[in-house]
Amino acid sequence: MTAAYDTSERVAELAGEKYKDGFVTEIEMVRAEKGLNEEVVRFISARKQEPEWMLEWRLSAFQRWRQMSEPKWARVHYPPIDYQDAYYYAAPKSQPDRPASLDDVDPKLIETYQKLGIPLSEQKLLAGVAVDAVFDSVSVATTFKRRLNEAGVIFCPISEAIRDYPDLVRKYLGSVVPVTDNFFATLNSAVFSDGSFVYVPEGVRCPMELSTYFRINASETGQFERTLIIADKNSYVSYLEGCTAPKRDRHQLHAAVVELVALDGAEIKYSTVQNWYPGDENGRGGIYNFVTKRGDCRGRGSKISWTQVETGSAITWKYPSCILRGDDSIGEFYSIAITNNYQQADTGTKMLHLGRNTRSRIISKGISAGRAQNTYRGLVSVHAKAENARNHTQCDSLLIGPHCGAHTVPYIEGRNPSAKIEHEATTSKISDDQLFYAMARGIPEEEAVALIVNGFCREVLQQLPMEFAVEAQKLVGISLEGSVG
Amino acid sequence: MKLLEIDDLHVSVQGKEILKGITLSVPEGELHAIMGPNGSGKSTLSYTLAGREGYEVTRGQVLYRGDDLTALSPDRRAALGVFLALQYPVEIPGVVTLTFLKVALNAQRRARGEQEFDAVQVLRSVRQNAAALNIPEDMLKRPLNAGFSGGEKKRMEILQMALFEPRLAILDETDSGLDIDALRLVASGVNAQRAPDRGILVITHYQRLLDYIVPDRVHVLAGGRIVRSGGPDLALELEKSGYGAVVEVA
Ligand SMILES: Nc1ncnc2c1ncn2[C@@H]1O[C@H](COP(=O)(O)OP(=O)(O)O)[C@@H](O)[C@H]1O
Ligand SMILES: [Mg+2]
Repeated sequence: MTAAYDTSERVAELAGEKYKDGFVTEIEMVRAEKGLNEEVVRFISARKQEPEWMLEWRLSAFQRWRQMSEPKWARVHYPPIDYQDAYYYAAPKSQPDRPASLDDVDPKLIETYQKLGIPLSEQKLLAGVAVDAVFDSVSVATTFKRRLNEAGVIFCPISEAIRDYPDLVRKYLGSVVPVTDNFFATLNSAVFSDGSFVYVPEGVRCPMELSTYFRINASETGQFERTLIIADKNSYVSYLEGCTAPKRDRHQLHAAVVELVALDGAEIKYSTVQNWYPGDENGRGGIYNFVTKRGDCRGRGSKISWTQVETGSAITWKYPSCILRGDDSIGEFYSIAITNNYQQADTGTKMLHLGRNTRSRIISKGISAGRAQNTYRGLVSVHAKAENARNHTQCDSLLIGPHCGAHTVPYIEGRNPSAKIEHEATTSKISDDQLFYAMARGIPEEEAVALIVNGFCREVLQQLPMEFAVEAQKLVGISLEGSVG
Repeated sequence: MKLLEIDDLHVSVQGKEILKGITLSVPEGELHAIMGPNGSGKSTLSYTLAGREGYEVTRGQVLYRGDDLTALSPDRRAALGVFLALQYPVEIPGVVTLTFLKVALNAQRRARGEQEFDAVQVLRSVRQNAAALNIPEDMLKRPLNAGFSGGEKKRMEILQMALFEPRLAILDETDSGLDIDALRLVASGVNAQRAPDRGILVITHYQRLLDYIVPDRVHVLAGGRIVRSGGPDLALELEKSGYGAVVEVA
């Protein structure tokens, strides 16, 4: 049932020229047969040489998924998705499922990542950043493994972790996002292909930034990555993911699951720069990004901080959340969501205060241009036992042009009278005064818009690791090109 | 050579004619003052010269160094050396002053085909000019104009003028709202800009500034027209007898 395809098929010349990462890598692929059934689930598991328990896990998820239906409550509109009309596994033929070393990586793949600004050779890498590169359904390279090993940090493709660290994976996989959590998470549990696994042992401060770079290349193929990060007691790790995809005129599905576990006194900082292909200016093509991300502050005094810069995708449906289970734990959510043309984003967070003295902070910056719709949807829930819980939410929306929309949908549940929950929201436009002022000082219009929007997003951009903040700022500008004038 | 030549300029805003035939020229090396009562069209003139959208030139022309300015966008004009210090400088939340200055300076240089400055070069130049204007270092690290006092905003405008070294600077009531010390600083900043190949148009409501900046010519704007022009003495006359007398005579 394996078929080799050449992905060199011509990609329709699309108008979305602004998207800089929209090229296709011509490389021979191995794919599962089209569509989704038990055979495909078994095929994926077999390709990954998974143990029996993992296959069982997937199959039970698949059975469950068949009885589920897509959630409909988000403010996003799209034609029905035919789940049988897509591929669920695609991998470069040249790529063994377990790359032994960088020397074994297909030069075409190295070149692809080079073009995206991600050199995989360790000498050329940003100092202090280790990279796991995931291409369609497989991880093609992980850098700086040796240095991380010396510190006791495990950073590897999740497919490798399932084989090499089964006890850790079995203990934590699905413990934050249960297999039955929601339609897309359950689908992911059945067919997830690759993603990153991180384990930071007790008392270890991870010596470098960890990052995963996801690339969708194959056409008509969904990407279902799965990431699991465990920070053991009093450890610290900062992790960043980036994503891009070629321009194609059909929509592609991306349904990822990310689970974070922070034990006593541990801190996880998770940053995302999401730049999946957003579709062209008429709303043709683009990635459907249906993602479940959740962190469990399981330990006392633990902290999980989500920072996201969402500029891509035709549709974004994403709510990185924190379960503040441990007493004195802290959850943070910093978000920039930019939508232009016909993009739709429904994104936000859930802060579930279960423990005492738990604190959460939410800063959301939504920018809407063109005919885009941008919704912040957030839940702050304080349970009965959560004495002295605190939340502060700041939601700012910026509109560019008369045809876009911004919506703020906060849900607040307080079951403990000692809770202090604050919510502030603003909606504004880029004023003519600001634009004129910047232009009168010599800054061309699009650059002026980018500068003003970056200013609007400053509090969130400041949360990103230095190495990525500059890239994110550029991306803000690029994704708004064509939004004025 | 004439740096700026305005001939029979008519400008409408939202369909209403505000400037009704202004003729004025500023030769290189000169500093002219435009005075006039509130609502006479001073800011309208300055916005028009800077190219603000919505200020429609319905008749007449504006030549800058011999070329028509009116079709150019504000950023193109800035790159050509036209600078406007706004009567009400705008707050740009979240954009650090130093960043703004660097982006603006380099945008102008890029448009002129000049090499861009790196962060160190910009910082050196900004610091030098800031010191002369008594602008503290920490103000440069704050978002531009956000929460600045009126006087701080005006000094920031002069800092930008000093940094960009424009050929033609238009200062729209930069003096209003300044205490005497700030006024002196601003005035010396302006005087430092005077040079044989540059021109300055100082728009002011009060004679006070002209004690420190001596103009080559003074023009009185009223009802969208220049009603009188003269030497530095005209400012003193206005101070004594008020706008009313001058406007009536015209
Ligand atoms: N945006 C605008 N729309 C309509 N009228 C305006 C606008 N801006 C200014 N005006 C009018 O134009 C006239 C000149 O204003 P302005 O140029 O600001 O005067 P000055 O700077 O001399 O005080 C005033 O009558 C004012 O009310
Ligand atoms: Mg005025």
